[in-house]
Amino acid sequence: MTINEIQDELIDDFEFFTDWMEKYEHIIQLGKELPLIDEEYKKEDYLIKGCQSQVWLHAELVNDKVKFTADSDAIITKGLVSMMVKVLSGHTPEDIANADLYFINRIGLKEHLSPTRANGFLSMVKQMKLYAVTMKARA
Amino acid sequence: MTHYDIQSIRNDFPILKSTVNGKPLVYLDNGATTQKPQVVIDAIAHYYTAQNSNIHRGVHHLSQVATDAYELTRTKLKPFINAEHEHEIILTKGTTDGINIVAQCYGKAFIHKGDEVIISAMEHHSNIVPWQIVCEERGATLKVIPMDEDGNLDLSAYKKMLNEKVKIVSITYVSNSLGTVNPVKEMIDLAHERNIPVLLDAAQAVQHIPIDVQALDVDFLAFSGHKMYGPTGIGVLYGKEKWLNTMPPYQGGGDMIKTVTFEKTVYNQLPFKFEAGTPNIEAGICLANAIDYIQTIGLDNIARYENELLEYATRALLEIPGLKIYGTAKVKSSVISFLIEGTHPYDVGTILDKLGIAVRTGHHCTQPVMDFYGIPGTIRASIALYNSKEDIDTLVEGIKRAVSMLL
Repeated sequence: MTINEIQDELIDDFEFFTDWMEKYEHIIQLGKELPLIDEEYKKEDYLIKGCQSQVWLHAELVNDKVKFTADSDAIITKGLVSMMVKVLSGHTPEDIANADLYFINRIGLKEHLSPTRANGFLSMVKQMKLYAVTMKARA
Repeated sequence: MTHYDIQSIRNDFPILKSTVNGKPLVYLDNGATTQKPQVVIDAIAHYYTAQNSNIHRGVHHLSQVATDAYELTRTKLKPFINAEHEHEIILTKGTTDGINIVAQCYGKAFIHKGDEVIISAMEHHSNIVPWQIVCEERGATLKVIPMDEDGNLDLSAYKKMLNEKVKIVSITYVSNSLGTVNPVKEMIDLAHERNIPVLLDAAQAVQHIPIDVQALDVDFLAFSGHKMYGPTGIGVLYGKEKWLNTMPPYQGGGDMIKTVTFEKTVYNQLPFKFEAGTPNIEAGICLANAIDYIQTIGLDNIARYENELLEYATRALLEIPGLKIYGTAKVKSSVISFLIEGTHPYDVGTILDKLGIAVRTGHHCTQPVMDFYGIPGTIRASIALYNSKEDIDTLVEGIKRAVSMLL
């Protein structure tokens, strides 16, 4: 599936939820389900510092595709992180660098991308793009 | 809670009628900023409608009106904190600004290589960083009064730290993250035994506790207008004239001068020496309305009401399984910081927001305090004169709901 196809699928999933509680319960569930990162990467080097919730991000190039693994100490952030990894992981650096990440807005979670939230999520998205751009430049 | 008409008081604050995410706003983030009564809001509009003009300059009518109104605030501040002289009251941008003024200007005059500055383990970054900067500039050392698990300062350690090298002690009156009310009178007296002046960060005190700077004999006191139901962008630095007169000015510019030539400039007298440029005039004027509002209710009444509400809230929160309160000093004011085992404060705060409840999560600009406890931050509910028992009940229900979603 392309990046946009995955985004559209996520948007479809969320259309079932009528209120914020159902939405967040689903995000929390996503957060709980996925132990996303190898313990050896839960270190300072891979830490993206947000003011409140921390995010660890690891990226590697496997057969021309970028593989992301990530984790957070806050469940809601972790749920958001798991969605972002689902969307971006396994694609070429070029596709990731050029991706328009509209699903967050369409799901109604725009506030989590606001820098005033001071959470690691926004920083992580920037970092993912940065990895992609770097890997693309090296290719 | 008798004689305190909470409903009437709440009606004075229009923003309390708003809804957030479809729920009535429950505003418990007063440590960050307070809401404004209609009289203050109206005064701001009135300023721009009928009074607006630059102050301390000009001979025309409006400039006199604005100047009088601005100086009226200073006049009202004098009895509000019981200062001896009006000229000991400097109007600043806020608490942070006031502390920076003292750190820089007192620092230039009195802090030298090898000297020491004492702060405490529970300080807000605004009462840490200005001193770190000046200590580095002047070759002085910053010393920190330790605190215990309950959030009490270690007074015997403090006594031992007071020596002839210490040039100033700068401590918070009330901790914004723990709610501890420090025994400031005792700490000031101990410092004065060695002729060491003391600055009090009163940002979280002035709206909850009646302050008498002469009774305290404090040397400097800083607080913010926006935390005491006044506008943002205005604050107060009180300083004993003996210090302010011997300190060099902070910023240079208009208003703080008597005469200017390219050869030499003569500074203005107090308080204007420390008030360069055009201030936030409307905020300065309307701070008086906030003072009036507080005094209509009476700080003693406010303190009594808030303390009862704090006790009620503490009891209610402690009934939630897994909830731990950080900041359990015997004497506290307004603040309850807590965590619920197995949850991250960011998650709880996000869900509470969806329920219309405004609390603060994170380190509250006191990273050293969070490091002390080894936690990423806390959830902080902070009370003001318009909070009700219902607010607390809603908070408790909200926390329970958040926990059931997260665990």
